[in-house]
Amino acid sequence: MIEARDVARRVEEAHRHHWATVLAATVRLTRDLDLAEDCAQDAFVQALRRWPDGVPDNPVGWLTTVAKRQALDRHRREQTLRRKLPLLLVEDTVDRDQVDEPVPADLLRLVFTCCHPALSRDAQLALTLRLMCGLTTGEAAKVLLTKEATVAARITRAKQKIARAGVPFRLPSDEQLPARLDTVLTVVHLAYTAGHTASGADLIRPDLTGRAVGLARLLVAQLPDELETLGLLAQLLFAEARGSTRLGPAGELVLLADQDRSRWDTPLVHEGLALATRALPGDGRFALQAAIAGLHMSALSWDTTDWAQVVRMYDALLVRWPTPVVALNRLAATSLVPGADLEDVLGRLEVLALDPTLERYAYVAATRADVLSRLGRQREARTAYDTAIGLTDNEAERSFLRARRSS
Amino acid sequence: MAEYMFLLFDDEKWYDEVTPDLWEATMKLHGEFTEAVAAAGARILEGRALERTSTATTVTKDWDNPATAPVVSDGPFIETKEALGGFYLIEARDLDQALELAQVCPSGHLEVRPVMDTSGGAS
Repeated sequence: MIEARDVARRVEEAHRHHWATVLAATVRLTRDLDLAEDCAQDAFVQALRRWPDGVPDNPVGWLTTVAKRQALDRHRREQTLRRKLPLLLVEDTVDRDQVDEPVPADLLRLVFTCCHPALSRDAQLALTLRLMCGLTTGEAAKVLLTKEATVAARITRAKQKIARAGVPFRLPSDEQLPARLDTVLTVVHLAYTAGHTASGADLIRPDLTGRAVGLARLLVAQLPDELETLGLLAQLLFAEARGSTRLGPAGELVLLADQDRSRWDTPLVHEGLALATRALPGDGRFALQAAIAGLHMSALSWDTTDWAQVVRMYDALLVRWPTPVVALNRLAATSLVPGADLEDVLGRLEVLALDPTLERYAYVAATRADVLSRLGRQREARTAYDTAIGLTDNEAERSFLRARRSS
Repeated sequence: MAEYMFLLFDDEKWYDEVTPDLWEATMKLHGEFTEAVAAAGARILEGRALERTSTATTVTKDWDNPATAPVVSDGPFIETKEALGGFYLIEARDLDQALELAQVCPSGHLEVRPVMDTSGGAS
């Protein structure tokens, strides 16, 4: 017998690494998300019960087999009740004694289903957190800073739409792949960010950042020729590498400029840089963002960052992704190039601030405040800091801006 | 296979402004759409253009209170720039195929709705 505590740990570990794999393999069999989810959950419950007699050599194969058997049993039971069910199992006949090797392509199919363009972005994110990252609805609500009932309703509606509108459990055609992949990468990035943001306040958070990185790794492994996936993974690895330096001793936010770079995780930085370099020739949005992050990661300090190169990358990004926020980031980088014409930057900032989408965006006022204070216009700078503080609802950012204001 | 209704919403002014050439070109686009559906292995079960909304009559009845008399009134519910001008009923493999076909269907604003299977009762 194995200690109950050790078993619980092994099952928890298997859940973190293999939940989506087990679920995806079961979905291929059932074509029904709810049923597959029930069966996959059941497999983990049975693991808790049966692994004390010995943890299988191939836990993911064991879990997949149990979940699929569960689905078959339920299907048969239903069939004897009502003889009129569609035949679900065309190609998949499951041998009871054989351990199923899960197919990685199933996972890919499931993530494309969760991020189908017929679903709203909120629904895509909620489904991805629940089905791909294995979060409970409660946990997903916590990281999304939303009520549990809202997230539950979102997931239910999305599943209904998938079932009723006939959203397929299938990979997109080559033609559709770039656009569909962009959605998937955006959602995985959002999932990671949600995990990141939630991490400060919530000690019992699930390891969402780790799961999002796992998902990005899966995408890289399955779609190695799609350079944007490399760009996404590079970005997430850079964020992971900086993880321990983001928060100060009192839980306060430490900005990139002030982080202790000697504490960055060097192997992760190197892996990220290698990926970012491979991604760059694709010239995509994620690749260019990874390149910008990579320039920060390879600089010894904020001041010695190659700002001119950062601005060039933003120029390219602006072509790909012409949003006001990118334009703002580009201006902020421009102001940091040695010998920058700060008056010119200020003028451009004022024009950009007229964009209605930036109206409530604190970073505009914060950038203005920084430029004004470097121009020696302290009184105006303080006013701009006040504006920025008023627009921020994050306490850590507010205290950062207050500290800047009085320096 | 599943059935999808393609609802084509377009500006009715088009009918006032259409030239014979434009009419012919548009019919040609519909012909190409029909070919694209066949080439994809999907089927058009039905397709029609509708007369303008100015010819529409609305019948309202409160089914929660069956005793109340139905009201027959002139016109559609809401005045919008784009009105339902026609439809196709398509049999397609799944939503992805339906959406691919919808992208080659000549309409400025197309809504794709799955047809409900009512054989098993309410769903």
